Amino acid sequence: MSGYRISSPDAEGRINPTKLLNFTFNGRTYSGLEGDTLASALLANGVGVLGRSFKYHRPRGIFSAGSEEPNALVTLRQGGRSEPNVKATEIELFDGLIAKSQNCWPSLKFDLMAINQLAGNALSAGFYYKTFMGPNVFFNRTTEVWWQFEKIIRRAAGLGKASLEADPDIYERMHAWCDVLVVGGGPAGLIAGERAADSGAKVILCEQMAKTGGSLVGSKDIIDDMAGNEWAKACIDRLRDHENVRILTRTTVQSYYDDNLLHAIEHVADHKIKPDAFEPRQRSWKIRAKSVIIATGAFERPLVFSGNDRPGIMLADAARRYAVEYGVLPGKLISIFTNNDTAYHAARAMADCGANIKTIIDVRQQVSGEIRAVAASMGAELLVGDAISRTSGLQKISAIHVGHFNADSKLVAPSTHRIETDCLLVSGGWSPAIHLTSQFGGTPIWDKELQAFLPGKPLQNWHGAGAMAGKFGLANTLLSANDAAKSALKSIGIKPKKLKPPLVISEDVSVQPAPIYEIRRKIKKGKSFVDLQHDVTSEDVRLAHREGFISVEHLKRYTTLGMATDQGKTSNVTGLAIMAEARGEAIEDVGTTRFRPPFTPVALGAIAGESYGDLKPYRLSPMNDWHITRGANMYANGLWMRPETYNRSGETVEQAYIREAGAVRKSVGLVDVSTLGKIDVQGPDAGEFLNRIYSNGFAKLPIGKARYGLMLREDGFLFDDGTTWRLEENHYLMTTTTANAGPVMEHLEYILDVVWPELKVSLVSVTDQWAGIALAGPNSRKTLEACVRGTDMGDKAFPFMGVRDGEIADIPVKIARLSFSGEMAFEVFCGAMHGQALWDVLMEAGKAFDITPYGLEALSTLRIEKGHVAGPELNGRTNANDLGLGGMVSTKKPFIGSVLVRREALNEEGREQLVGLRSLDGQKISGGSHIVASADQVQPGESLGHVTSACFSPELNCYISLGLLKNGRARIGEKLHVTSPVRGTHGAVEIVSPHMVDPDGRRMYG
Amino acid sequence: MLIDCPWCGPRSVEEFTYRGDGTLKRPALSDRSIDAANAYVYDRENPAGDHMEIWHHGNGCRSHILVKRNTLTHKILSCELLGPYSAGRKK
Repeated sequence: MSGYRISSPDAEGRINPTKLLNFTFNGRTYSGLEGDTLASALLANGVGVLGRSFKYHRPRGIFSAGSEEPNALVTLRQGGRSEPNVKATEIELFDGLIAKSQNCWPSLKFDLMAINQLAGNALSAGFYYKTFMGPNVFFNRTTEVWWQFEKIIRRAAGLGKASLEADPDIYERMHAWCDVLVVGGGPAGLIAGERAADSGAKVILCEQMAKTGGSLVGSKDIIDDMAGNEWAKACIDRLRDHENVRILTRTTVQSYYDDNLLHAIEHVADHKIKPDAFEPRQRSWKIRAKSVIIATGAFERPLVFSGNDRPGIMLADAARRYAVEYGVLPGKLISIFTNNDTAYHAARAMADCGANIKTIIDVRQQVSGEIRAVAASMGAELLVGDAISRTSGLQKISAIHVGHFNADSKLVAPSTHRIETDCLLVSGGWSPAIHLTSQFGGTPIWDKELQAFLPGKPLQNWHGAGAMAGKFGLANTLLSANDAAKSALKSIGIKPKKLKPPLVISEDVSVQPAPIYEIRRKIKKGKSFVDLQHDVTSEDVRLAHREGFISVEHLKRYTTLGMATDQGKTSNVTGLAIMAEARGEAIEDVGTTRFRPPFTPVALGAIAGESYGDLKPYRLSPMNDWHITRGANMYANGLWMRPETYNRSGETVEQAYIREAGAVRKSVGLVDVSTLGKIDVQGPDAGEFLNRIYSNGFAKLPIGKARYGLMLREDGFLFDDGTTWRLEENHYLMTTTTANAGPVMEHLEYILDVVWPELKVSLVSVTDQWAGIALAGPNSRKTLEACVRGTDMGDKAFPFMGVRDGEIADIPVKIARLSFSGEMAFEVFCGAMHGQALWDVLMEAGKAFDITPYGLEALSTLRIEKGHVAGPELNGRTNANDLGLGGMVSTKKPFIGSVLVRREALNEEGREQLVGLRSLDGQKISGGSHIVASADQVQPGESLGHVTSACFSPELNCYISLGLLKNGRARIGEKLHVTSPVRGTHGAVEIVSPHMVDPDGRRMYG
Repeated sequence: MLIDCPWCGPRSVEEFTYRGDGTLKRPALSDRSIDAANAYVYDRENPAGDHMEIWHHGNGCRSHILVKRNTLTHKILSCELLGPYSAGRKK
C-alpha cells in the first residue's frame, strides 16, 4: 500500500489541515494532522504494514477505519502508561504520540516467528486441545512434558504485552439516569435525540468518536438544503443548548444489562499525551435509561479468498472514509472486489477525491445498468462474474489474479489475468451493529435480502434506528430514527413533539449483496482468512465441521473464531455462512452466537475506578489517637483498627503481651472494647425474642443483670456469643463479637421481619454510639471505687454479672461485672464522645495500682488461659457440645437451632472437641498446626485435630494453646504432638482441660 | 435489576442482599421434627420461571422485601414489604 494525503480535501471532514502533529511509530518520526487517527496518519505517510498476525506472524496492515479493526493493533505509549492491543483506527493522534508494532521479533520487517507459516497445517483449529491432550508419547508424563513446550508456544502466538509498571492515571465512575439514552451520534442518533429533547425528555447521547455526525461527515448528501455535515453540526449545536440533554463524545456504550442499565466508557483523556492535572483518563458510566434508542450503524464485511489478508487489502467503505473524512487515499492504483453495489459508490466518492480506480471485479453474474454507469464514470475496468483467485506481493499487495467465478460450485477458475494493484478494496455486504440488542438475549433474525442478522424482538425498552435496524440509506435512516424516537417517548409517557421530516437529497444505493461469502479454488493452496485477528481460515471452519464441532457455539470455541479483541465484528457472519454451507443448511438454521459485553475492550482501571488499594474505610475506636500516641501496634481486625500490643522500647510483640497479660493477673489492666457489636433491643416481646434466639434461658434474666448467651444458626451450629444486659423491663443491650456484629444484626432483622413478625421488638445497632473499656485484674474494683459515683461497687451490692448505672467524672456510664480474662473484671460503657475522657480518668484512677493498657494479644492470652472460646473456635463447623458448652443448650425450650442441634451427625462419637495443649518441650505452638500421635516429624501419621489459638502463658510459664481434637475430652492427660509441615515445626504436647488457669473461677467471683 | 422497595422506591440490586427462598415457612416453634427442620434449612426448589424471593435492603432502609422474580428473564413482577409493617399486618 502506498497511501498519501490529498493536498486539499474536498469536503470538510475530521481533520484540521493547518495543525501538524508529530508522532513516532516503531522508532521513526512522522507527522499527521489534528483530527487524524493513528491509522489515517500512517496511511497518509505510506506506512502499510503495522504488525504481525496472531498465529502465523503474517504481515498485516490497516483493514478498517473503526472499532471493527482486526489487524492494526499497536502498543500505545510507554512505561506505566503503555497500553497493548489498541486499534490504530481508534487512536486519536496527538503531538508526541509513541506507538509500536506487536507480535514480531526481532523487528516488524524481519520476524523470526514467521516460520510458523511453514507449520501452517499443524497450527490448525483446535491446536491447543489436540497438542496438550495429545497422544501419550512420554511414558505417562505427556501432559507435563507438553506444559513445558506450551510456555514456548504461547510466546510465539499472542498479542501485545501489558506493562509491569503501575498505571499512573486516575479513573472515575459515574452514575446517571435519563428518559432516553441515544446510542450513536450519526444522523439517526442526532435526529432521534433532537426529537426526544424537543419533547422535554431528559436525554443522554453517546457518540464513540470525538465528533458527532457519523456517515454525514464528509458526505455529499443534502438535508433541508444544507450540506449533510453542516446539518449535523447545526443539530448538535441545537442539542447542546438544551438543558435536558447531556452529550458524551468519545464515549462507547459497551454493555446492556437488566432493567435498562447500560455501561459506557468515556475516553476523557485518551487523545492527550497524558491527562491534565486531576483529570481522569477514562470515566466509566452506569446509565439507567427509561428507554434506549440504538443507532449504532452497521459494519461492512469482507469477502474471503486466498491471500485476503495481505497489507493493502481494506474494506471499501473504510477507504472511502479515509478519503472523505481524513483526506487520505490508501493507494495509487486501486482495485475493487465486491458482491454488492455499495462498493461502487465508495469508489465513486474516492474517485471524486482524485483516486485512481483501476478495476472493479464483481463476483455477481449480472449488475444493473446504473451500476455499470457508475463504474464507467470513473474510467474503471469492470469485470462482472469474475473473482480473485489469489493475491501476490512481497509483503504488501502488488497484484491480484482474477478468473471466472462459477456461481453454482462457488469455485473460481484458474486466473486468466493478473492485475497490478497497490490497494484492493473489498466489500461483502453489511452487518448491522446489533451487539447491544443481542447482549441482553434478543435472538437475532436472519434477513435474506440483506444477508445479515437484524435485531430480534426487544426484550427491554429499546428502539432501533437506522442501519442498526436494517434501514439503510439516509432518507430511510432519518425516517426510522424519527419513528424510534416517537415510540421511545410514547413508551415512557412523554408526548412526542410534532416534527417536520427533513427533506433529503441522497443517492439511493442498494445494500443487498449476492449471497457469496467465500471464493474457493480447486487446488487447496494459500490461506483464506475468515477471522484476521485470530488467524482462523475457512479451512479451519471446515475442519471443525469434519471433526464434529458443528454447533456455532462449539465452532467458536474450537477454532477461536470471533474470540479476539475485535470479537469478530467483521468475521462472524462469514464464519457462520461457511459452517452453514459445510452442514448443507441455511444460515438462519445454523444460528448465531450471542454477543457478549463489552462491545470493545475495556481497561481494568476504568472498571476499578477509585476502588483500589484499601477498598473499605477503616473503623476507628474513640480512643484510637491515644493508642497511636502510646506506640500501640495497630492492626486491622475486620474493619476495625485495634492495638495489638503497646510496645515499650526494645520490646518484641511477644515480650509486650506477656508483660501486659501478667500485669492484668497481678494488678489491673484496661483494654479498649469499643469494637464489640452492640444492639439495642426494646419492646414488650424483647425477653421472649431473646429467649428464642439464644440457646440458653433468657426468660428469667432480672433487670440489672447480664447473661452470657450462645447463639446458634438454624442448622444447629454455633453462630456467635456475647453478653446481653437487661437494662429495664423491656430494654436490653446485646453485645456480639466484633467480627459478627453485622451478620448478627442481619440475622435478627431477618427473624423479626420474616420468621416472627408478630413479635413486638425493635432493634437498633448502637456499636458506634457506645465506647467500651474493660478493666480486669484483682485491683479492678479498687480502681473503679476510686472514681465511680452513684453506685456501690461492693461485692454484695454489685455481684458477678451485675449491671449498674453510675458516673465517672460526670460522665454517665453503664458498668457490667463481666470477665473474659478470668480475673475480677468490669466493662464500662459510655457515650462514644466521652470515650477518651473516660479512658483518661481510669488511667489516672489506676495509677496507684500501676494500671497497664493491654492490647488484643494480651486479651487473647488471658482468654486462652481460661479456655474461653472466640473466633478461631466459633468457626462455623463447631457446635456447643464440641466446645464444652453443651450445658448452655437448653432442652427445656425451643429456640433457633434447637431441633437440628439434636441431629445425629452433630452428636456422634469422634467429633473434634475443645481441649487445652501444653508444650512439653518448650517449643512454641503455632496456630493451625495439626495434632498427631507420632513423634516422627517426617511420618507424623493422620491428623487428629488442629490448634486453634496459641500463646505463651505468663501464668503457667509455658507455651499453651486451645485446639480441636477428635474425642478430645477423653484424651486429657495423653501426650501427643503438634506438627506444622508448612513451618517445619514438630513438638510434644500434653492434652489438658481447656480451663488452664483458675478452673473453678475463684478470681472472677472474689 | 431494579427492586421496587416499598419504602425507598426502585433501587439497584447492588443495595440488596438475597436472603433466600420466600416460599418457605419455618416450622412452628413447638415442632420438634428433625425432618421438617431439615427441609426448612436445606431443601430448595430451583424453579425456571417465577419465584418468590426474600431480599434485604441492607444498604437502604434495611427492610426485607418479598420479591416475585422470573429466574429466566430477571423480570421482577411484584415487591411486598415483609415484617411488622407489611400490608397483611395490622399496624
